[in-house]
Amino acid sequence: MAAEKMALAKAINESLRRALESDPKVLIMGEDVGKLGGVFRVTDGLHKDFGEDRVIDTPLAESGIVGTAIGLALRGYRPVVEIQFDGFVFPAYDQIVTQLAKMHARSLGKVKLPVVIRIPYGGGIGAVEHHSESPEALFAHVAGLKVVSPSNAADAYWMMQQAIQSDDPVIYFEPKRRYWDKAEVDTEAIPGPLHGARVVREGTDLTLAAYGPMVKLCQEVADAAAEEGRSLEVVDLRSLSPVDFDTIQTSVEKTRRLVVVHEAPVFLGSGAEIAARITERCFYHLEAPVLRVGGYHAPYPPARLEEEYLPDLDRVLDAVDRSLAY
Amino acid sequence: MTESTAARKPRRSAGSKAAGTTGGKAGTTGAKRTTRKTSTTAAKGSETELVQLLTPEGERIEPAADSAYAEYARYVADITPDELRGLYRDMVLTRRFDAEATALQRQGELGLWASLLGQEAAQIGSGRATREDDYVFPTYREHGVAWCRGVDPTNLLGMFRGVNNGGWDPNGNNFHLYTIVIGSQALHATGYAMGVAKDGADSGVIAYFGDGASSQGDVSEAFNFAAVYNAPVVFFCQNNQWAISESNEKQTRVPLYQRAQGFGFPGVRVDGNDVLASLAVTRWALDRARRGEGPALIEAYTYRMGAHTTSDDPSRYRHDDERAAWEAKDPILRLRRFLESAHHADEGFFAELEAESEALGKRVREVVRAMPDPDRFAIFENVYADGHALVDEERAQFAAYQASFAEVEGV
Repeated sequence: MAAEKMALAKAINESLRRALESDPKVLIMGEDVGKLGGVFRVTDGLHKDFGEDRVIDTPLAESGIVGTAIGLALRGYRPVVEIQFDGFVFPAYDQIVTQLAKMHARSLGKVKLPVVIRIPYGGGIGAVEHHSESPEALFAHVAGLKVVSPSNAADAYWMMQQAIQSDDPVIYFEPKRRYWDKAEVDTEAIPGPLHGARVVREGTDLTLAAYGPMVKLCQEVADAAAEEGRSLEVVDLRSLSPVDFDTIQTSVEKTRRLVVVHEAPVFLGSGAEIAARITERCFYHLEAPVLRVGGYHAPYPPARLEEEYLPDLDRVLDAVDRSLAY
Repeated sequence: MTESTAARKPRRSAGSKAAGTTGGKAGTTGAKRTTRKTSTTAAKGSETELVQLLTPEGERIEPAADSAYAEYARYVADITPDELRGLYRDMVLTRRFDAEATALQRQGELGLWASLLGQEAAQIGSGRATREDDYVFPTYREHGVAWCRGVDPTNLLGMFRGVNNGGWDPNGNNFHLYTIVIGSQALHATGYAMGVAKDGADSGVIAYFGDGASSQGDVSEAFNFAAVYNAPVVFFCQNNQWAISESNEKQTRVPLYQRAQGFGFPGVRVDGNDVLASLAVTRWALDRARRGEGPALIEAYTYRMGAHTTSDDPSRYRHDDERAAWEAKDPILRLRRFLESAHHADEGFFAELEAESEALGKRVREVVRAMPDPDRFAIFENVYADGHALVDEERAQFAAYQASFAEVEGV
């Protein structure tokens, strides 16, 4: 297998399979990841091929999953754990923040915890409460964690390889509404750095910065804007800790305008940090304040209202208009 | 308000029983009453049994072959006078170290100290039951266990002085860093034990925690994961009666060792002030874990003779007569009485140990006073194993800021 078209979920599945094949220390853990193959089938077939000793159905207890993954990592394993949905990560938040994130520093570098935590996140799938959230900023805020989110199948494949190889804990946010989007995945490619942003569309008038599920939307926004004669550049951030500010800066120094888009609430979200830092770095280049489009400071709404809550084509275009109006 | 509370109660009990029992509302209510009555009786101690092999008066108990204790007692049946003197020495030196650390805190050399005073037998007994290849997950009070594992006691003081957050290599002595968040380490121990089992190794793992931690979800989750995966982990709960100011009654309705039954593994309550019994029961539990028989819970019934930490004031919540009652059960005194009555130790031994204790105290004092503050750039060290662009950027900013003072001073 070299280049093959596959869905994003399948790309993660293939990446996990490759990791299990190449490193006997890699384990898959989580609720329903075994025979069922996960509620989104991301681990489909792995239990059958690698057995319950490597692909572990766990008790229904997120703190227990992450806490025992830490213990397994201390023993030399490289656990890849699945949190079933974004809104269910919080029982494990204590273990992630107080233990997983700090162990390397508090052991003065003597203990490494190569744990990957996979979290399907984001809305737009008509789900019930707690199944559509975007809590990434709550993890990016914590030193000791690395936070990434692929936007397409090829990145999903390679970023998972790199996350598993990382000696640091990595929170890997999977854009669940893009699980079934297909793209070409070259499993023999040489991937770029895990934490590098990428310009996925070049433009001259304004930069859209996004990650995960919002990258596709921003590409559609750029298409729509192009019809009106506006040239938008789209940057796929790919990593939220660290953020590749250099790539954003280079883009903004060219376009002089920046709109950051994410599903997560705007207030104290990733966009806030990007706005602050890009303002510092590009103060004399900017023609407009950095604008943000995202969720509101309200609980994620019931599914029938989520289209009103989530950034969409028109809301991003509205922000583009406001930026260009300065 | 009273009415609404009354209306809520039956619904809650009906809900909690729904999974395990059948029948209507009346039957469920009845079941609840029975359960409550049983647990209340148990909490008063009538159903609890305490494994004890050395009385507070220093008399060695030899359980009858058919007694429930015989299974444990055989683990120390052939203990030699030399080993008994060793346990005594461990406890005396640990207490001396602990007293020195408390004094150093009072002198301002440490920011805080969590004393183990009174818990020496539970810690030395269990610690000496571990094998070199076993792995220990401590709380922040396991100074005696650290001693048994060969961790230099002065290494424990760095975090209390504020120069690091744990100054030893966990893999150097298979003794994990102290864990301050209550109960977290029970899950780490369980995961580590799951890994031991995967490796096909015959090592054991032991997780320490206290009566307060028994209320934490992580501890219950650890019990369950350990049981489900049959992990070779021993849960060693030092029930020192007090979680800062809260007594056992605020943590549990049943004796803690009985919780194990609900998770599907054995639980034992041992006299935590009896070093022999603590050693025997822990050897038993580690032995069966190493044989692949899964987890066990040991509740070491003991007493925190001092404050929770040097910041605590026990006079606000407990009486001196309680402490006095426990003083009569002192772990070191009872072994001394036994060593003397059995003629296993002479005056020379005790005198030598006294001198060794003072030398230890002196060394600890000197090392702590000479412990340098860390380099200010240590803030940025080891945040990540593979580096992080933001940390690099902030380190550079910090360096430039620091350098700006040098320039000013230079002018």
